[in-house]
Amino acid sequence: MIPLAAAANENLAHISNVLIYSAMAVYTLAFLAHIAEWVFGSRSAVGRTAAAITTEAGAARAAAGASARGSQGGSGTAVLERPKVVTRAATGSRDVPDGPGAAGTSEKGDVYGRIAVSLTVLSFLLHAGSVLTRALSVQRAPWGNMYEFSTTFGMTVVGVYLGLLVFKKNVRWLGLPLTTTILLDLGLAVSVLYTESDQLVPALHSYWLWIHVSTAILCGAAFWVGACSTLLYLFRDGYEARLVEGRTGAGLRRYLDELPQDRRYARFKAKLALRTDNPMSRLPAAATLDKLGYRINATVFPLWTFTIIAGAIWAEAAWGRYWGWDPKEVWSFITWVAYACFLHARATAGWKGRKAAYIALAAFGCYIFNYYGVNIFVTGKHSYAGV
Amino acid sequence: MGTTETPPAADGAADESDVAAGSQLSTAPEEERGQAVPGSFGGVRKPGALGYAAWTARETIGWARWFWRQLTSMRVALILLFLLSLATIPGSLVPQTSVDAVKAEGWRKAHETLGPLYDKLGLFHVYSSVWFSAIYILLFTSLVGCIIPRTWQFVGQLRGRPPAAPRNLKRLPAHTTWRTDAEPEQVLAAARTLLKKRRFRTQPGSDSVASEKGYLREAGNLVFHIALIVLLIAFASGQLWKSEGQKLIVEGDGFANTLVQYDDFKSGSLFTADDLRPFSFYLDDFEATYERTGPQRGTPRTYEAHVTYHEGADGPGRKATVKVNEPLETSGSKVYLIGHGYAPVVTVRDGQGDVSFRGGIPSLPIDNNITESTVLKVGDYRTKDGGKDQIGFKGNFVPTMDLKTGTMLSQFPGLDNPRLVLTAYHGSLGTDSGTPQNVYQLDVSKMEQFKDKDGKPFAQALKVGDTMKLPDGGTLKFEGIKPWATFQISQQPGNATALAGAVAALLGVAGSLFIQRRRVWVRAVRGKDGHTVVELAGLGRSESAKLPEELADLAGALQADAPPVTATDAPDPAESAESADSSAASEGARA
Repeated sequence: MIPLAAAANENLAHISNVLIYSAMAVYTLAFLAHIAEWVFGSRSAVGRTAAAITTEAGAARAAAGASARGSQGGSGTAVLERPKVVTRAATGSRDVPDGPGAAGTSEKGDVYGRIAVSLTVLSFLLHAGSVLTRALSVQRAPWGNMYEFSTTFGMTVVGVYLGLLVFKKNVRWLGLPLTTTILLDLGLAVSVLYTESDQLVPALHSYWLWIHVSTAILCGAAFWVGACSTLLYLFRDGYEARLVEGRTGAGLRRYLDELPQDRRYARFKAKLALRTDNPMSRLPAAATLDKLGYRINATVFPLWTFTIIAGAIWAEAAWGRYWGWDPKEVWSFITWVAYACFLHARATAGWKGRKAAYIALAAFGCYIFNYYGVNIFVTGKHSYAGV
Repeated sequence: MGTTETPPAADGAADESDVAAGSQLSTAPEEERGQAVPGSFGGVRKPGALGYAAWTARETIGWARWFWRQLTSMRVALILLFLLSLATIPGSLVPQTSVDAVKAEGWRKAHETLGPLYDKLGLFHVYSSVWFSAIYILLFTSLVGCIIPRTWQFVGQLRGRPPAAPRNLKRLPAHTTWRTDAEPEQVLAAARTLLKKRRFRTQPGSDSVASEKGYLREAGNLVFHIALIVLLIAFASGQLWKSEGQKLIVEGDGFANTLVQYDDFKSGSLFTADDLRPFSFYLDDFEATYERTGPQRGTPRTYEAHVTYHEGADGPGRKATVKVNEPLETSGSKVYLIGHGYAPVVTVRDGQGDVSFRGGIPSLPIDNNITESTVLKVGDYRTKDGGKDQIGFKGNFVPTMDLKTGTMLSQFPGLDNPRLVLTAYHGSLGTDSGTPQNVYQLDVSKMEQFKDKDGKPFAQALKVGDTMKLPDGGTLKFEGIKPWATFQISQQPGNATALAGAVAALLGVAGSLFIQRRRVWVRAVRGKDGHTVVELAGLGRSESAKLPEELADLAGALQADAPPVTATDAPDPAESAESADSSAASEGARA
């Protein structure tokens, strides 16, 4: 009976490996399709930048979202159309509208974007299949070592992205950074971190494995989306600042011509801006990106708190203390404090905007270091199964 | 403390009612502006010693208040949080004495120049160092200084009523209006009932109703921060009163919870031996299984210690199984399984044929396949001629010996082919000098190794049942093998408090981040055309997409009691311009 079970296991583990390579192939196609989307978009977007600034500051905007939600309030009224609610942007914000998205106004680019999303859905299914068969081959949670954690993490990131799309959030611009990250993550997983499908060491035999590690993965995936949004916010914010100053397109070229040759750094920045302005103009507005980053990070923060608490409860059961300054504990604490810093910075005058964004990125860096850095360079009680 | 944006500032032409509408929507402290400089608090100094003393007092108090305000400001709290995360880092990179004393000592020895420097900086015990403590004590002082006034403010807000409607509701972040034939009083009454039903706190005005909701946000915020203080106190008291000891028990042996029985014992600074509550347990049986095949061959799969324990001094015996993640809980202590190995059981007879030792020799594993170093000291031993002597055995226990290569390193942690490889010494063990000795190490400085006939050191690999004959007539018989397990027995008060604090913190932070505090005003006045003009407006602490949605919901529900009149006349030109832009603001149009 045992050899039979072992054979079944190996079969499933093999299927899992085939699926992960297939998923990577399809992710690569999705990646190329997104590139095509951006490239076609760049040809169409000329002239968009000028149109973008033609709104007057402080102009009132109406939120169609409120009336578009339909009458599901259940209040039993005979009103067919919901009342229109007029919203006003806060004064002081730039009030630059969202860009048109990666494809710009190009039909072709849009088609490629749609193809890319479809391919992402397909590779997500393959990816999920791989994680599932891996779990079935060992009959346990598929996150007992770094390979399994990485593949599940990647799957969850794509899941969060597709989930946001399903909820009609404007996140298709995330596609390119997403596929890039997933390919890097999976490439690292299959080449460096690969571990044969196997049983767990006794220390991991606990239902807390399901709770603690799954929430840690979910937090990481959502933090990734938050960090991506925040990073692009920084770029887009710089672009918008120049837009307001009139230093884009022809204005920027004029500025560059006037810059003395010895101001190398300023010239470099201006040249870089000249090349990146086009894609930047297609991203959502800085305020939108900032808000998305904040919302995700703020939503995940309580979950991350829960992850740490669950880990502490497990540590209490496994090692006899709920907190012992193990490197993994230390870095999860640092990550927590860093995100707390970010949330406080958002509420502090003089720290909002770019400074808060830098803190959010540093916090995500802590999360990543806690995974790769602590597992590989620091030995502690979280070292299992080789790595 | 607060975690969202401050309310959007009103336009330049804002009047007082606008400011009042947004007041106290948050209890976040206002930021200090202006610089304090020497002399700025003391004011004019009158001549003479008295004048100087008064000036100094004013100056001191002024500075103290300034310092306190700075400490409790959000900016300084932010900097302290930042410092806290930075200060935590070295503890994960430099080995910590409290985590792994041996490793820390090894590191100190390996780095001759850095070691003493790190010692001075407290880098081997970061989390109890002066600078780390200073940061978190300042942070928590700042926290307390922030929470107390905010709690009072919040209590005041709970007792107060929502502020009256601002004069111009159109200026608020979300606004809607329509005309109806219902009487203004009727509309307002309906609005009040509706808002109350939706759990808003309402306050009627002359031509309007003011309401507010989401007080739990600030409550959650306060609970979260208070819970952090509870957590810190629980953790600190746990550290002060905790006790933690280890005991190695060979299968069949037992342990009673008294200080002398521990192999190794650590405790917090306020712990006394009286705090140890009595209980005892026996290791009946230990089971371990290992991966047999594949690249992870030899990796442990299960560890189970079957024990019988007695609660209190003489409670009834109960059976229990201790596993890695499942400690035994009894008498306020927890018993954790933390390691295991083998104890070869031997009988040593001296030259006279008398038994001078019988029992298991707990041996310490030196690798993952449980190759063990074995040491046995026999103090009471007589030679063939009846002379007093002392014997020391030293060697390895190998659970799975590879006979082909004959290497001393075990090939597998299970007992597949166990061998006990020993050599023997005689002379003085050095135990009579009275200085305590490590039982796992043999000091051979005053001993002589037995030699075989060829003059080579005497050594033998024994199977179970084999007997080793010493040249002086003594024997050692390898009788069998018993497993042993090491247990950690911990008593840590404050765990329940810490858990309660953690759960409260979690609920608090969720409340403070997910609940929106918002105000809604409804105004109904008779317009010039005889219809009643109904206006709804909302204001939140942050610009949220939820607020307009909720306002639309409320307006929709209110229209049941105040049905809109189909406008026959042309709509307000300003309004039509506003709604023309509606598609631009819609979120997710290009999902």
